[in-house]
Amino acid sequence: MSTEKSSIDLTKNNTYRSVKDKVFLWTVIVISIITISPIVMIIGKLVWKGFRQINFSFFTAVTPSTFEAMTAVANGEIIPGGIVNGITGTLLLVLMASLIAIPVGIIIGLFLYENPGKRYADLIRNLSDILQGVPSIVLGLIAYLWVVKNITQGYSALAGSVALAIMMLPLIIRSTEETMKMIPGTLKEAGLALGVPYYKVIIKVLIPSGISGLSTGVLLAISRILGETAPLMLTTLGNPMINWDVTAPTSAVPLLIWDFYNDPNMVDLIWSSSLFLMGFVLTLNIISKRISAKSKA
Amino acid sequence: MNKNIDVIENPVLKVEDLCIAYNKSDSKYAVKNVNVTVKKNSITAIMGPSGCGKSTMLRAINRMHELYPDIKTEGKIYLNGENIMKMDTIQLRRKIGMVFQRPNPFPTMSIYDNVIAGYKLNGIRIKKSERDDIVERSLTNVALWDEVKDSLHKKGTFLSGGQQQRLCIARSIAFQPDVILLDEPTSALDPIATSKVEDLLVELQKDYTIVLVTHNMSQAARISEYSMFMYLGDLVEYGKTDMMFTNPRNKKTEEYLTGKFG
Ligand SMILES: Nc1ncnc2c1ncn2[C@@H]1O[C@H](COP(=O)(O)OP(=O)(O)OP(=O)(O)O)[C@@H](O)[C@H]1O
Ligand SMILES: [Mg+2]
Repeated sequence: MSTEKSSIDLTKNNTYRSVKDKVFLWTVIVISIITISPIVMIIGKLVWKGFRQINFSFFTAVTPSTFEAMTAVANGEIIPGGIVNGITGTLLLVLMASLIAIPVGIIIGLFLYENPGKRYADLIRNLSDILQGVPSIVLGLIAYLWVVKNITQGYSALAGSVALAIMMLPLIIRSTEETMKMIPGTLKEAGLALGVPYYKVIIKVLIPSGISGLSTGVLLAISRILGETAPLMLTTLGNPMINWDVTAPTSAVPLLIWDFYNDPNMVDLIWSSSLFLMGFVLTLNIISKRISAKSKA
Repeated sequence: MNKNIDVIENPVLKVEDLCIAYNKSDSKYAVKNVNVTVKKNSITAIMGPSGCGKSTMLRAINRMHELYPDIKTEGKIYLNGENIMKMDTIQLRRKIGMVFQRPNPFPTMSIYDNVIAGYKLNGIRIKKSERDDIVERSLTNVALWDEVKDSLHKKGTFLSGGQQQRLCIARSIAFQPDVILLDEPTSALDPIATSKVEDLLVELQKDYTIVLVTHNMSQAARISEYSMFMYLGDLVEYGKTDMMFTNPRNKKTEEYLTGKFG
């Protein structure tokens, strides 16, 4: 008797539950599709339109002249040449911006962590938040005034790096401070209790313990600046050749995309360059996600 | 002189009029006017209800409070007759080791490196053979050597909680300090791990002076030679542990030991 009754109750409950379950499942599916469809469509479009152009010379040759591109298009061939000047330019810019922003950002982040609740620390934190909201074109203008006008006396990779470094700073400052806050304070005390001077505890205990958080922050900051175009237009200008001179104008992948967009003969190169840039950013993002996942495990 | 507080001849540690407040601007003291002497090569337990100032007092002994600029410490502490306030904190902390409530091995370091962390982090160069000796001796002292000798280069955080705590004790004795301060070292451990740590402390008192904060009265009764009882920041009673447990001199001590509060 009693078993029968309880089993009836259970089935009733089950139908209600399974309906609820299905509704929930479908809601999740629909929401997921809405979320991922833009990214799938973007990547699909880039791959579809861009893959034809991606070949060996894409990574080894400089941008073709308009005339070369026009002839190729007229003959139905793929456009010759590549974007190596943009790739090397982007690497140069990112490298220099990182050299400026990583040490400065980490030092400021550590300073904020070490001085919680202090007025000047709050001030710096707020300024850094404001900096993050400054439109990148304005940073480009600033770098133009500071570096192009006064230091390199002309468009230069250095000027672009300065603009990009300023963009990276708030991200690195924030991630450094947050990472340090996550490290248990007892670790710092453990180091000090062994008679280790404070600065050595920071360098040898805290930074290594937070290295995954720090590198995640740096990678995200880099992927944030990789696609920046506006500030570079005002500072590095562009260069049809490979350039490693920090005081000379330099190209960059997003600058090339803009150039290609303005040249009807080069349209095909837009997609392959965008695909490359997207792939680069995506790779950095995946690496940083993996680093932070690994550290949590 | 407070007749409830025994005085020890030739103490390792001597605390004089120690007052500690967590806020420089107000006069709410977490430790009030403590005078106490600690016997060499013994275990001294600090007991008392939660919030009575045990940790606060312990952390004054290696000047941990100086990390936090709001904390005000008054009074004097002598280590073997030398005023610790006048010593270099780095030297002081090498002579007075500390073990914390939660095991905190350095997560980026191997077991081996954790033991010699004091040397490594300070950049003190020693020969490999010497390092190996220190690691083996320290781990043997904490009865961990047999358990970890085949995995010395694994991360210290892979060990169990009790093993980690013993590793932390090994880390603090690698420098052969005079005194080891332990703040409820077994409160995060299970009974078996606890009894291992207790056995170890009993062994270690041959070479070191141990000051142990504990919540656990029976732990104090089992292993300590001297006990302090603190209440609301005051040192109420201090003397031989067995005397205190059988014949407490102060009413508050008696109430605490008989479980009337705590
Ligand atoms: N960081 C702090 N800031 C302000 N007050 C504190 C701080 N830490 C402790 N106190 C206060 O100081 C007093 C003593 O604290 P303490 O940590 O020394 O107690 P305890 O005896 O170790 O207690 P427990 O057994 O819970 O660890 C308490 O009243 C507490 O509120
Ligand atoms: Mg405590």
